[in-house]
Amino acid sequence: MAAPLVPQPTSPPSVPPVKRHHWIVRLTHWLTFLLLIGMIASGLQIYTAYARFGERGGPYYSPNPFQDHGFPEWSRLGGWLAGALNWHFTLMWPLTLGGLLYLSYLAASGEWRSLLFRPRDIRGAIEMQKYYLRLRKDHPPQGKHNPLQKLAYSFIIFMGVLSVITGFAIYKPTQLSWLTALFGGFQAARYWHFWAVWIFTGFLVVHVLLVFIVDPASLRAMISGWYRGRFPSHD
Amino acid sequence: MIDRRALLRLAAGAGTASLVAACGWDGGNAVRPLLLDVSRFNDWVGEKILFSRSRLAPQYDIAQRTTDVPSYFISPMMPMLPNPSAWRLQVGGLVREPQSLSIEQLQAMLRTTYTVKHHCVEGWSAIVTWHGVPVSAVAERCGMLPQARYVRFDSFDSGYSNGWDLASAMHPQTILAYGMNDNPLPPTHGAPLRLYSPTKLGYKMTKYLVSLTFTAERPGGYWEDQGYPWFAGV
Repeated sequence: MAAPLVPQPTSPPSVPPVKRHHWIVRLTHWLTFLLLIGMIASGLQIYTAYARFGERGGPYYSPNPFQDHGFPEWSRLGGWLAGALNWHFTLMWPLTLGGLLYLSYLAASGEWRSLLFRPRDIRGAIEMQKYYLRLRKDHPPQGKHNPLQKLAYSFIIFMGVLSVITGFAIYKPTQLSWLTALFGGFQAARYWHFWAVWIFTGFLVVHVLLVFIVDPASLRAMISGWYRGRFPSHD
Repeated sequence: MIDRRALLRLAAGAGTASLVAACGWDGGNAVRPLLLDVSRFNDWVGEKILFSRSRLAPQYDIAQRTTDVPSYFISPMMPMLPNPSAWRLQVGGLVREPQSLSIEQLQAMLRTTYTVKHHCVEGWSAIVTWHGVPVSAVAERCGMLPQARYVRFDSFDSGYSNGWDLASAMHPQTILAYGMNDNPLPPTHGAPLRLYSPTKLGYKMTKYLVSLTFTAERPGGYWEDQGYPWFAGV
């Protein structure tokens, strides 16, 4: 016997599930999540060996709330500097390759159009912000992502690219000295590479909070690919 | 029978426990060999793809020198020679004419001076001026044989040593340094002679040198054998 149908007042009646995420997107999303945790944990162990930024003797780059501070053992991976370096220089390959696979998919499929924040999204972003601040009652119409999501996702992809590039600038400051100079030198590149960690961490917290508060169905969509939630509209 | 909630709790517990156990983990017997294999692959990428035999490290003005450069050695006390005038650099291995060179003989050879940035694996950097003779000039003097593919550098600092790929050793900025910041090399930084190159991390630059040996097999090294990257090019 089928269970009696109970009316669902919160969701519109009989919305068909929509295919939301290609398997490449889902794979690289979760792969990046795991690898980033490993990169950050081994990175914190590496940082512990010289917990400041600047040429020996100073001056040191600021702000750095973590100057001369180590990190608790539970947050570090590798046990000691060599162990952490070997983790970091191993995980960097799947992280970079996964990132390239994802970007190639975005480019080849045309998906980048629904993700990349462009000047024409500014107006929509303001409307969306008004809605969040309760200055506007109705949810503005949107495609796959609203303009603020586009801004957040475009920014975090940019940060990912920046982390890899500053990583290379630190890894080979002599062979790639032009790249290192682009970031202001070896110590400045270390500084930006380190700040990326806190931007990723902050993004992760907000990202997860919004998923659970605003649109829990999007979590299932990132696993199965199918979306059955409140914002099924598509570009 | 295990109910679903208990199973979930078990899975969550196991997940947390393994995560906590992973912290400070160098990979153990299961993963560490894999990490070291990738490190060897990275050596290959560093040597064959990113390293250039002719690209020179950027040079700095002497006004930018770092005043306080830390000194590192592995002996409990600073390594000192009992009789400095008896010191000779032994050059051997795959060479036509093994040499035994005094500091005066080395100083009479081709002299190279540069002010470059030193990169330590720990993350610090310092700008220093070095004076010395290119390793390539020593290789020429002793008649290095074509079978030579690596160079082994040994010290009197409790057996500290390093192995180098030949291309990095023959780089024009790879020198045997007898001077630092316009002065003779001080004992804190490897007197009477140390290896220097702006193309590698600090731990590859053997201090307190006693010998230089050209080999066909890849020599290990003090830190390298403990898991630090072998090529360590920057």
